[in-house]
Amino acid sequence: MSDIFKKPVSRRTVAKGGLASILAAGAMPTIFTGASHAAYCNEPTGGDVTLGFNVPQTGAYADEGADELRAYKLAVKHLNGEGDGDMLNTFKPSALKGNGILGKKVKYVTGDTQTKSDAARASAKRMIEKDKALVITGGSSSGVAIAVQGLCQEAGVIFMAGLTHSNDTTGKDKRRNGFRHFFNAYMSGAALGPVLEKEYGKERKAYHLTADYTWGWTQEESMKNTTEALGWKTTKTVKTPVGAGDFSQYITPVLNSGADVLILNHYGKDMINSLTQAVQFGLRDKQVNGKNFEIIVPLFSRLMAQGAGEAIKGILGSTNWNWSLKDPASAAFVKSFGAEYGAPPSMAAHTCYCQTLLYANACEMAGTFSPEGVVKSLEGFKFDGLGNGATEYRAEDHQCFKDVLVVRGNQNPTSQYDLLEVVEVTPRSQVEYDAKIFGGDLGPVNAKPC
Amino acid sequence: MNGNSTRSDFLLLIIFAAVVLTAPITLAPIGAGYPDILQKFAIYGIFAIGFNILFGLTGYLSFGHAAFLGVGSYASVWMFKLFTMNVIPAVIFSVALAGVFALLIGFVSLRRSGIYFSILTLAFAQMSYNLAYSVLTPLTNGETGLQVRHLAPADRGPDYVLKLVNEDLRWVDQAFGVVEHGIPITNLFGMKMSGYPGFYFCAVILIIAFFIAMRISRSNFGMMLKAIKSNQNRLQYTGVNTRPYLLTAFIISGMYAGLAGSLLAVTDPLAGAERMQWTASGEVVLMTILGGVGTLIGPFLGATLIKGFSALFSSYNENILHQFFSFLPEFMQDGVVAVASMFVGEGWELTLGLLFVIIMLFLPGGLMQGFYLILGLFKRKKTSPPAAGKSEA
Amino acid sequence: MDAIFLQVLNGLDKGGAHALIALGLTLAFGTLGIVNFAHGALFMLGAFCAVSFNKIINLQQIVLDPTRKTAWGTPLEIKTPYITSWLGDFGNVLIDYSVPVSLLVTIPVMWLIGVIMERGLIKRFYNRPHADQILVTFGLAIVLQEIVSHYYGANPIPQTAPAIVAGSANVGSWIGLGESVVYPWWRLVYFGFSAIVIFAVFAFLQFTTFGMVVRAGMRDREMVAMLGINIERRFTIVFGIAAVVAGVAGAMYTPIFPPVYNIGMDFLVLSFVVVVVGGMGSLGGAVTAGFLLGILQSFASMNEIKSIFPGIDQIIIYLVAVIILLVLPRGLMGRKGVMED
Repeated sequence: MSDIFKKPVSRRTVAKGGLASILAAGAMPTIFTGASHAAYCNEPTGGDVTLGFNVPQTGAYADEGADELRAYKLAVKHLNGEGDGDMLNTFKPSALKGNGILGKKVKYVTGDTQTKSDAARASAKRMIEKDKALVITGGSSSGVAIAVQGLCQEAGVIFMAGLTHSNDTTGKDKRRNGFRHFFNAYMSGAALGPVLEKEYGKERKAYHLTADYTWGWTQEESMKNTTEALGWKTTKTVKTPVGAGDFSQYITPVLNSGADVLILNHYGKDMINSLTQAVQFGLRDKQVNGKNFEIIVPLFSRLMAQGAGEAIKGILGSTNWNWSLKDPASAAFVKSFGAEYGAPPSMAAHTCYCQTLLYANACEMAGTFSPEGVVKSLEGFKFDGLGNGATEYRAEDHQCFKDVLVVRGNQNPTSQYDLLEVVEVTPRSQVEYDAKIFGGDLGPVNAKPC
Repeated sequence: MNGNSTRSDFLLLIIFAAVVLTAPITLAPIGAGYPDILQKFAIYGIFAIGFNILFGLTGYLSFGHAAFLGVGSYASVWMFKLFTMNVIPAVIFSVALAGVFALLIGFVSLRRSGIYFSILTLAFAQMSYNLAYSVLTPLTNGETGLQVRHLAPADRGPDYVLKLVNEDLRWVDQAFGVVEHGIPITNLFGMKMSGYPGFYFCAVILIIAFFIAMRISRSNFGMMLKAIKSNQNRLQYTGVNTRPYLLTAFIISGMYAGLAGSLLAVTDPLAGAERMQWTASGEVVLMTILGGVGTLIGPFLGATLIKGFSALFSSYNENILHQFFSFLPEFMQDGVVAVASMFVGEGWELTLGLLFVIIMLFLPGGLMQGFYLILGLFKRKKTSPPAAGKSEA
Repeated sequence: MDAIFLQVLNGLDKGGAHALIALGLTLAFGTLGIVNFAHGALFMLGAFCAVSFNKIINLQQIVLDPTRKTAWGTPLEIKTPYITSWLGDFGNVLIDYSVPVSLLVTIPVMWLIGVIMERGLIKRFYNRPHADQILVTFGLAIVLQEIVSHYYGANPIPQTAPAIVAGSANVGSWIGLGESVVYPWWRLVYFGFSAIVIFAVFAFLQFTTFGMVVRAGMRDREMVAMLGINIERRFTIVFGIAAVVAGVAGAMYTPIFPPVYNIGMDFLVLSFVVVVVGGMGSLGGAVTAGFLLGILQSFASMNEIKSIFPGIDQIIIYLVAVIILLVLPRGLMGRKGVMED
């Protein structure tokens, strides 16, 4: 070890190091002369305003991300007064004028989260630092949402979350600059409760398979609380590694456990694999304790239903929104999206479209793009006409409260998109909870210049 | 080892330092002059330069170096959470801890060579990743990642130890009476470590790291490592025990990885398990090979290319392409944009993959060989380019 | 007892899959000395051969029904597969059996892909450092993945096993363990299939002159070349076989694991671990390691074991790999000097 520096180090080499640091000091000031004197981070000075769309474009959730991006582009079009206007017409109370936001034309930049926190933060930073984005929105998993939300808080821009279902996003990890329109694991459990009671009765034994990471745990906890309140017993909860691929070794113990319900707290590819394989093991043809064996997937989306194919038929779960809803707002959105892209929007697309409108509207209400003003107008904002009935952005945790859909895999789909049927629209009052139960602290708003 | 080579080394260092420090200005025209990407260039440059000390000099291909990157990040964030937001203690502790991990993993893995060594390092890194993602959540905060949080309340109960992932202490800062509004950011004696100052901090460390790597490569120790690469058996027949040399190289490169991980946390205090995944280990391997194995500058070039690619090519969408090709007539524009959009935005990985194949087919020595080819053209073949993969610049 | 028996079945089933996936890799790796990071991509291409075949025989005649509309206002489309209207019931049977029948397409397609890959790219890398092989094959894997995702998207595409083997077999009643011990038919089919493929490859290398030459080439390539044998052409064939084995493994796996463009990366690390634990240059070692790791993985996932060692199922494969490689320097059956430097 000692011979590393034996020969080469001399006084001269030390002088070289010193020189380097002088160079560093010399180059540094040139960078700061360019700093502007904006009132807040990325204050728009020209005739347009830039939004940052940060979605997974590669990796497991790329299709979901592509659909989110379609919704964002549509929203930008509508905000700028092009196209048929869509939910701009049903959204109320609305301050939107169809001439951009606060008279500035809306532009956008895009980034790839790769569904990795590091990549997502890097692309969000690029949009803030280089493209001068005022707001970052999008994402398709809770880990990424929480990471980017923290970043936006530090940077002093607004974060409008895309698809993120963990209780933590607006619980333990909530931030003043971040807002979530999507529902969460607690609400899934609360919404499913009454339907499960009606469909499967009060005496059931549930076996949980849970993806071994934060979202999986909160989902398991919420489902356990709900089902145990109904009088169900929990036979066992088993954690499965994320991306296990083959779940056979976790499914076979279910066969003889005495449980008559299997709850799969999985999402995405894990859910598609575990459900497909559970059905292959004949779980759904089984009779246990004189009852039909049932499988429940607390959260699912149309894209996942598509991936699971036949296996999803008849399975109960919950979702934030579905294109088969008949209210005027949903119908307008489906019509506009379908006409543009030839396919109905997914729930991820819906929540992203809504978030864009809500942000634009908040700017109009506040009369400024300053995070301070936007946060003030969004906190406690009550609105309707975005497809989920009367909705409120709760001030205490920046979580939207609205009706939740309980859905079932369609037995006889009429098209490749018609995969989920709505069993019940659980009213908002049933899924509300005290903001304190998940802890966390919003902290102060960050509206400092960056 | 003679005076001449020392002078050319000095020149190389000066040029390197000048290029790195002026990057914010020189890279701005291609859209890579913003702080985050510059920080990433510097940090992954350190990672790759350190990796090259093991792989480039000894030929031992570790497929688990991301584990040390992750350890460095976690260690730094814990320092921020427990003691102070000043970055100096965090960096020192991270490098030291990564060194300890490298000692343990290296001691075991170096009992084997070749592919068996690679799989051992891979296995250790994957175990670290899987555990950090799930079972070790009280220490790593799992999928969400370890973050700097607000302070624990003054009336904290005795069970606060269990809540440390969510509530911080910052003993040293508190002892100095630092008042926090919201969640604090990292600093170097008051200078914030995000944005351009963060880049310059990383850049200075990169230059020092480059200097040390250069000295190692030129030292007797470096010669010994190269001897191991060319023929380990012969060396052992002459009675040299190669293990201590290999282990030292492994530890040094592990500390470089820990330093890089620590700087990731310094510029952006969040540490996630995915930094330890095999894809992250594979990335540094790709960076080193792409740039030129065994060269001093090559790994840094490879890191810059891969990081720059993922950041810039993924950001180009159809709007930007239309602007870019706006000089073309309308009917051609749509076609060109349609073809080009396959390679950017969501298709950026396709371009990266093609680049790997093309470079390996035509430049066996990586980017550095291309660099020498160009240099050779200018010098009109006065000096022939060095043999593939063995260049020394 | 039931639980243990089922985990043994799981272990054998997993082991068969691991061994089959690793087999193609160890052919290219141990025989040709090529570190093929595109092996996972070959597995994925095989799976998508099955998907494409299914798509093609499901090509549908589309008739617009103007009396009914979709939610966005276009006429509803009514679809019938061409093959049903041409061949009637036989067409439906063909659709039902699309996964096994797709092997008829998968084998020639994968052969072609393997040969083109070897002739066009791999053969230039036989004498290059392993590092270069890694970069070029990894680049190729990304390109193949991205091309597939461009056409098929990133969402998994479900494939169904033929109706006759879609359910589960009452294994328990065969051996007197009771009604509750069931196992999916298709997994049993897959196990049988992997056993057949593995034995076929073994027999080919063990009992044919061709195999003898290749095995000789594995030991000492220069010597074989000096004997005037065209080893190059034989290496092309070996790589072609490796691609076919990877491809059929992928195609037959689709009903268990709905394929997605990056499915290969999930199997890449695993198959490398299996091959190296088995020992470089040994087919038998790779197969043994596949079964060993499969069975250990199944047992480590049992609740009784997880309650003693939490998280053991997440790391068991790597832990076993470390222990084996420390106890046995060249894995289970590795040959001296293969990929040791």
